[in-house]
Amino acid sequence: MKILFRKTKELESQIEEYLDLIDRAALVFVQGLRYYFDKRTDEFDQRYKDLRTMESKGDNLRREIENKLYVHTLIPESRGDVLGLLESSDEVLNRLAKTLLNFSIENPDIPEEFRALYLDLAQASSSAVESMVKAVRTYFRELQSVRDYINKAQFYEKESDKIAEKIKRLVFETDRDLSWKAHLRVFAHHIELIADDAEDVCDRLAIATAKRYE
Amino acid sequence: MIWFFLLSGIFLGWSLGANDAGNIFGTAVGTRMVKFKVAALVASVFVILGAVISGAGATTTLGHLGGINAIAGSFTVALASALTVTSMSRLKLPVSTTQVIIGGIVGWNWFTGSPTNFKVLTEIISTWFFSPVLSAIFALVIFKLVTFVLRKVHMHILEVDALTRAGLIVVGAFGAYSLGGNNIANVVGVFVPANPFDTIQIGNLFSLSGTQQLFLMGSLAISAGIYTYSGHVMKTIGNELYKLTPVTALVVVLSVSLVLFVFASQKLKIFLISLGLPPIPLVPVSSSQAVIGAVIGIGISKGGKGIHYNVVGKIALAWVTTPLVSCLLSFIMLFFVKNVFELRVVTF
Repeated sequence: MKILFRKTKELESQIEEYLDLIDRAALVFVQGLRYYFDKRTDEFDQRYKDLRTMESKGDNLRREIENKLYVHTLIPESRGDVLGLLESSDEVLNRLAKTLLNFSIENPDIPEEFRALYLDLAQASSSAVESMVKAVRTYFRELQSVRDYINKAQFYEKESDKIAEKIKRLVFETDRDLSWKAHLRVFAHHIELIADDAEDVCDRLAIATAKRYE
Repeated sequence: MIWFFLLSGIFLGWSLGANDAGNIFGTAVGTRMVKFKVAALVASVFVILGAVISGAGATTTLGHLGGINAIAGSFTVALASALTVTSMSRLKLPVSTTQVIIGGIVGWNWFTGSPTNFKVLTEIISTWFFSPVLSAIFALVIFKLVTFVLRKVHMHILEVDALTRAGLIVVGAFGAYSLGGNNIANVVGVFVPANPFDTIQIGNLFSLSGTQQLFLMGSLAISAGIYTYSGHVMKTIGNELYKLTPVTALVVVLSVSLVLFVFASQKLKIFLISLGLPPIPLVPVSSSQAVIGAVIGIGISKGGKGIHYNVVGKIALAWVTTPLVSCLLSFIMLFFVKNVFELRVVTF
């Protein structure tokens, strides 16, 4: 049995490693944002660099996994779905890194009274990513539980929508410049998109799961 | 001259290899789980083993239907059968070599005025209905069992994939062995009563009877059919009737192999008799029909949706026409061989 699974075990652990990376990236993102608000610049820069490293490591891992799936013609009936899932998950990872990069470049001026809301938004998006990763993991091993995690991811995505909307409304109710309002709206939107991307992965996953039940 | 007469058997063996190996490995190759090279090698080796080791049971039954006792008669029946298989395959009609050869033998009986053993004929025809039904039942039960186990054990999709691949090869080998044991009767069964070979003794340990030499020759022809033509069949088979996944493909192959085995195993027959149960007749059954039965069984276990019933109808029609065409062709060809070529097609 060990000989039979030797090749697949290696690939299995690579897929796990890839999903771990995305899961961890979401946590690093929230932590990075917290440091940004606390003006702990060095620690923020470190988190931002960590995310960049994770992003490139994720790209390499994904390519390696895709290559192995093709070369060894593994899971022929689900390969297209799995490749699609890996690629759309990669977009989540990229979005996390890109959002923190925008914070680093544009240095948005977020006043004290909005910080808690932005952190809530980041936390909701991060939870959506966490649930998405769990859903993808269970797709590989325990098909029946996929739906539970997809539901959770969808819940957090809706939460992030609500929080983002609240931020945008509060921002535009202030007497500040339109440029400042637009800047803050864009940042709320960026963080909200993380949860949207996670939801897109879940939508794909729901179809892939239904196909395996056929 | 004898070798010339045997050529039609070789032709029939070739067409069986080209068509029926697809029933064993078609789904595995079609779903890209097993490479054709691997499938062809495993199928060839195990068809030969099955034919030589356990080809006698079903062949004896075929002999009871009609003992073609002149080699020119055997030649003509085998040729008529091979032509029926080839032409029906060209018309894209699913063809069963079993039905073809039975039709051919009955045609010989009819032409020569030899009595047809209706008890054996009924037994054989009943298996044409019974074997796909049995295959469907096997597939239904195995599929339910596999799905239940997979849901309980939470295996990784890649582990299921690896296990399915290995299963397709192992079960395919078993299927090829059973195909050889069961269907070799179709290929050289008609030559057995007029067998030209003597027993070969190799040392004191090993001997190859004349019939086994016939089986070996027939199975080599099957292997040639597998290598030269079955690749094309394998790549197109399976998905025509119902969309199969690799796991369902494994269930289909296992069900077909079990059906072929059940109708070829002398040991199983003896075992059933020892238990006081009615024995299963050792009859050459059609692997094509077994595949169709298994695929329908899976379709039923999934609620019956997605089965292409028009294809089922077309297949059912072919089941009726195949033996009739073969019987008629055999009769006509025997007429020509006897009256035009003045060859003896029966020994009284």
